[in-house]
Amino acid sequence: MTFTRTALATTAAAALMAGAAAAQTVVGVTDASIKIGSINPYSGPASAYGQIGETIDKCFEMVNAGGGINGRTIDFIAYDDGYQPPRTVEQARKLVESDKVALIFQALGTPTNSAIHRYMNARKVPHLFVATGASKWGDPENYPWTMGWQPNYPTEAKIYAKYIQDNLPDAKIAILYQNDDYGKDYLNGFKEGLGDAASQIVSEMPYEVADPTVDSQVISMKASGADVFFNITTPKFAAQAIKKAHEIDWNPTHFLNNVSISVGSVLKPAGLEASKGLITVGYQMDPTDPQFADHPERVEWVEFMNEWYPDGDQTSSFTAYGWAACQTMIHVLEQSGDDLSRENIMEQAANIRNLRVPMLLPGITINTSPTDFNPIESMQLQRFNGESWELFGDLIGAESS
Amino acid sequence: MATTDTTVPAAAVEPAAPAKPAGAWLGPVGLAALAAVLIAVPFFAEGFFVFQTTKILYYAISIMGLNLLTGINGQFSLGHGAFVAVGAYVTAVLVEFYGMNFIATLPICALVCFCFGFLFGFPALRLEGIYLALATFALAVATPQILKLSPLEGITGGVQGIYLFSPTFGEPPVPSWFPVQQLFGVDEFDAGTYWVYVVTLAVAAAVYWLLTNLVKSRTGRAMMAIRDNPIAARSMGVDARFYKTMAFGISAAVVGVAGGLAAASTKFVAPDSFTFFLSVSLLVGLVVGGVGWLPGAIVGGAFIVFVPNYAEEISKGLSGAFFGVFLILMIYVAPNGVGGLIRAAAGRLKRSG
Repeated sequence: MTFTRTALATTAAAALMAGAAAAQTVVGVTDASIKIGSINPYSGPASAYGQIGETIDKCFEMVNAGGGINGRTIDFIAYDDGYQPPRTVEQARKLVESDKVALIFQALGTPTNSAIHRYMNARKVPHLFVATGASKWGDPENYPWTMGWQPNYPTEAKIYAKYIQDNLPDAKIAILYQNDDYGKDYLNGFKEGLGDAASQIVSEMPYEVADPTVDSQVISMKASGADVFFNITTPKFAAQAIKKAHEIDWNPTHFLNNVSISVGSVLKPAGLEASKGLITVGYQMDPTDPQFADHPERVEWVEFMNEWYPDGDQTSSFTAYGWAACQTMIHVLEQSGDDLSRENIMEQAANIRNLRVPMLLPGITINTSPTDFNPIESMQLQRFNGESWELFGDLIGAESS
Repeated sequence: MATTDTTVPAAAVEPAAPAKPAGAWLGPVGLAALAAVLIAVPFFAEGFFVFQTTKILYYAISIMGLNLLTGINGQFSLGHGAFVAVGAYVTAVLVEFYGMNFIATLPICALVCFCFGFLFGFPALRLEGIYLALATFALAVATPQILKLSPLEGITGGVQGIYLFSPTFGEPPVPSWFPVQQLFGVDEFDAGTYWVYVVTLAVAAAVYWLLTNLVKSRTGRAMMAIRDNPIAARSMGVDARFYKTMAFGISAAVVGVAGGLAAASTKFVAPDSFTFFLSVSLLVGLVVGGVGWLPGAIVGGAFIVFVPNYAEEISKGLSGAFFGVFLILMIYVAPNGVGGLIRAAAGRLKRSG
């Protein structure tokens, strides 16, 4: 029996040591490829964002055609969740447990990512560069496996609040917002930015993602006598609100949140004339802006679009967004070298220094650190002139060093 | 299908009592085979498949509940998703805010949903067929919106919904007396998923046993009599009011339990999980499985879990259209559901003998 016991003890010790050595988890990686998952709304109310996932898919195809990253091709698996949180849970589990991806990249949406936030962190799977600007993605202390990408919503909302206080001190403000985490994140940031001036808000209208239109909300905001309109909506509803306000001849100073500034997907359907005068802040080059027409990064992007995604919309900020996000991911994979363990991928994602990603506004770079999980933190005000977005003012940044 | 097995001479199953139809032995054998497969699942399948099978099982429980109302008692409901929602929220609130074990919440789900269903059964008494379908439709559409109402936000979590099992970081706690990890050879992350499966399977078996007995009982016969000929049933002294409201109440209770299990399995509830589409899915599952035939529920559940996924694999943009095509094919091949298909096959067996 002693023998068996010793053998057992040895086995146990060996297992323990193996356990210690295997603190590095390598999943979804072979010498020839790395599996990356994503979850996007290819169907449903937020399907306009589906273009982002499509662009990333094409971008990785291009990378693979060029031999991949460090000799590995990217096996990109993107599923549709229709912007429904329970579907997101199912798809995330499918990616992690069945497809065994190394990481999930650019899952889109605030309610959808919220549904898998804990799951990803419990499983210790990198949940990288989520396509949403909620403030909760930059919380490395409690959620060390989740990282945002775009500037967060409260920061953006505070820029509008400051602009209103400086330039429109007597404003009567109406707000239309999507009734969920994303909408409330903006709303709370905006009120915080206004401070005492929050009493100037005369109308606050929520809508649900499942609503067919926001026409009635726009009509009652006009009736409230507001002369400033803060429009916190996703693309479909943004287009409806802009169009309706124009139709009923309500012409407030109109602030549009950055998530819906795509000229191709939002402003064109809403009507370019109706969109004239919209104010937003941006961090991306607008692909339709003539001042960037000859910018080398735009030229490169157009070449990519022509060759790899000819059906893609070259006037849409979403295709440019997908391209920029994809470049960030490529950088992290390159920086990870041959150690593609989940731990190292996360470590490298939290260690980006002054990375210039194409199609961001000139001067913006990406910086992250183990305590800073907010990659892009600078923005600039811009106004729509009927054809494209025109920048004004300086770069406004909260970039931590 | 075992039903096409012609090597067994029909004479061997020639019943002594003429009441038993040919192929009656197929039922128990089929059920035993199904039970064996379901028990084997956690031993051989990986986490994600177990999670999906759990989903099939709680859909199957809901479909059995709906079947009691629609198949046995003949009342239409387009709103059973609402009872799933109530059950799920009862479990979510009790687990998350009162620290209860999710298993202990299931009887409460049943009770709460029974009350809701029983009460809804009263207006349903005045509505027949298509009008009742419309009334229940309203229930399905209203429920997600009511859950989002801001006065209820303190309990329901509003649009954001509720995440369950916070103290254990989103994994259902596994009891110490049941060796989930050792038995199924899984790690601590997967243990919760497997445990919920075990519980769901046990509940599904219990619900099946209870409902088959109910259907065979005096109550079941009364319910069927009301479905087949309400006037004759009344003249025989069947209290239609009582049985119809009871059918509604029991049906809702069963569906509520399924909702509680769904919440424990998904570990997250939100109003948008319980849209009108869920109610329609249950009805699709009912029709596919076979109206009035309880074992069909498992086929119906599998249909509504797997077919949309296959449809998505064929085409991301047209997944809905492909689902529709599959559904039409299914109805063309088996107009009375899988239950009808099996009955037809059993009938042929009898004729050939």
